[in-house]
Amino acid sequence: MHDLTILSAVLASVVAAATPLLIAALGELVAERAGTLNLGVEGMMIIGAAVGYATAYGSGSLVLGALAGILAGTALSLVFAGLAVWLAANQVASGLATTILGLGLAGLIGAPFVGTKLTAVPQLNIPGLTDLPVIGEVLFGQDAFAYLSILLLILVWIGLGRTRLGLVVRAVGESHSAAHALGHPVRRIRTLAVMFGGACAGLAGAQLSLAYTPFWASDMTAGRGWIALALVVFSAWRPLWLLAGAYLFGAVSILQLHVQGFGLGIPSQLLSALPYLATISALVVISALKKGHGAPASLGVPFVPDR
Amino acid sequence: MRFKLERRETVSGLGLVAAPVIAVLATLLIGTAMFLVLGLDPLAAFRIYFIDPLTDPYTLQELVVKACPLLLIGLGLVFCYRANRWNIGAEGQYVAGAVLGSIVAIATNGGEGGWWILPAMLAMGAIGGALWGLVPAFLRVRFGASEILTSLMLVYVAQLGLDYLVRGPWRDPAGFNFPKSVSFDPAATVPLLMEDGRMHAGILIAIVVVIVAAFVLGRTLVGFSIELGGSAPRAAAFAGFDERRVTYGVFAVSGALAGLAGIIEVAGPIGNLQPSISPGYGFTAIIAAVLGRLNPFGVVLSSLVLALTYIGGEAAQISLKMPFDVTRVFQGTMLIAILAADVLVRYRVRRVEAPARDAAKVTAHA
Repeated sequence: MHDLTILSAVLASVVAAATPLLIAALGELVAERAGTLNLGVEGMMIIGAAVGYATAYGSGSLVLGALAGILAGTALSLVFAGLAVWLAANQVASGLATTILGLGLAGLIGAPFVGTKLTAVPQLNIPGLTDLPVIGEVLFGQDAFAYLSILLLILVWIGLGRTRLGLVVRAVGESHSAAHALGHPVRRIRTLAVMFGGACAGLAGAQLSLAYTPFWASDMTAGRGWIALALVVFSAWRPLWLLAGAYLFGAVSILQLHVQGFGLGIPSQLLSALPYLATISALVVISALKKGHGAPASLGVPFVPDR
Repeated sequence: MRFKLERRETVSGLGLVAAPVIAVLATLLIGTAMFLVLGLDPLAAFRIYFIDPLTDPYTLQELVVKACPLLLIGLGLVFCYRANRWNIGAEGQYVAGAVLGSIVAIATNGGEGGWWILPAMLAMGAIGGALWGLVPAFLRVRFGASEILTSLMLVYVAQLGLDYLVRGPWRDPAGFNFPKSVSFDPAATVPLLMEDGRMHAGILIAIVVVIVAAFVLGRTLVGFSIELGGSAPRAAAFAGFDERRVTYGVFAVSGALAGLAGIIEVAGPIGNLQPSISPGYGFTAIIAAVLGRLNPFGVVLSSLVLALTYIGGEAAQISLKMPFDVTRVFQGTMLIAILAADVLVRYRVRRVEAPARDAAKVTAHA
């Protein structure tokens, strides 16, 4: 019985670790399907975490905090959109600039809050269901972010694959010239897709500072934005595969924490490096298998309408 | 009334020089506005941040000391970016070089010394950085994995490796349990150039590398194959240049230079290995390469400008109690400004009176 309780707690923490990855990766997936590679995820995530935390701390409202995180991520994504979409700048450099600026601004915003703590976002509890062995806590004892991430997944999956809007977004990402010739406003659609990515990254950041570890620390995203970017490649740009990828990485990061707890004599740094090594391995395996298939054809190519 | 971008037939030389100048000026303007928002006297803050460091002989030396790693790493990145290979993990290659080079320093610590120690360290540092840089190159060539993401992931791995070493096997037994290695012997230290101050011989190495890089990129077939592979990969393939060799080559060069910067830094200004040996030089050097127009001499100037943001940031931290993140904000803003200013170089901004689509029909060109 005791083992089951531990198993249940471990599984529940895997969900919590996977949630920010899933949310941020879903946003980036939409941006990439529209043809924009935004390497600013890490920056948009950390600014979401900082602004979300500052707002929640100041107002006492976690909901306001989450909304502020979304707004902050969206605002920063406009920097990327301005450069990469409207000024046709190199997307890799634009994304890096977004990340560097985001890390700096988040540090400034968060500085007064170092050392403070928040009450974490409460877990949903349904008497009876949450107490079920093993799956109870996993399925019915999560916080709002976890449910929101699944809702987002369904939304993106149906939205991209089954709606007219999704078709237009994909058309813009596959061939911006053809989409332009058909009269679709390529740059406006890309801007909206980038903004959606920013909103998701901001929300993912807010999950970190409001629920996962309810305090502020600079660099608290610790490369999760980059892992989210890798997950999009891993998923071969298919939303449902993101779910598998995010939970796999959530499991790796939780596993390494528990192994560290056992003290098996393995250097803790090696275990901490596991998520990054796993990301590299996953990228290598998927790249070797797919050989570049699945990526939107116009990904990373700036669009300048010339007729 | 709307604006549209029109591609220039030829890139204007004036624009190439004007864009970074405009970018730096724009950054200063935005920075002044930021000081206002932070509730500081913008003029005083501006002076502390950007003017004072340039008027004091000690901080002028520091400027060169800080520019040295940026320059070395930035020069290597110029090779990568000209070839359109996005190595963004120079920070990891810097750490790998520092670690491998330090093996020599730690193994010979407290020994006889010898003239060969420092050169051996520098060579090992360059090899360490090159090997770390070749990993993403190999993964790209062999498996098609994005070098952007793998090189970045390896930064975290390298930093954790360094952390393990200085807290574990390489911890100084007489170091009061602080996570740091032994202090390097004089034979394992980069000599200073002047009696007072911290200017060291690493700067001379950087200057030599500038000249060699400018020659290789501008005057040799290797430089041409790098350039062509980046701007016209198909043409490069038809010309018989091997794309894979270019990938390996530019990653090895940029890794080696980042590794060299790393070992020079620990054997120079720092003096031992610590968990943190870089305030983000590897990332700031990306900005140095772009701001310097992917030109070795340009990178000299841009490294000095970016070094100023570090020095100013430290000064502002002390006298204005500003968090060091202000420096990151400045650096990010500078990259954004240069990318935006580049539009002026590559495109003409035209005012369009009618809705873009109709006007386009009239001015349609081949």
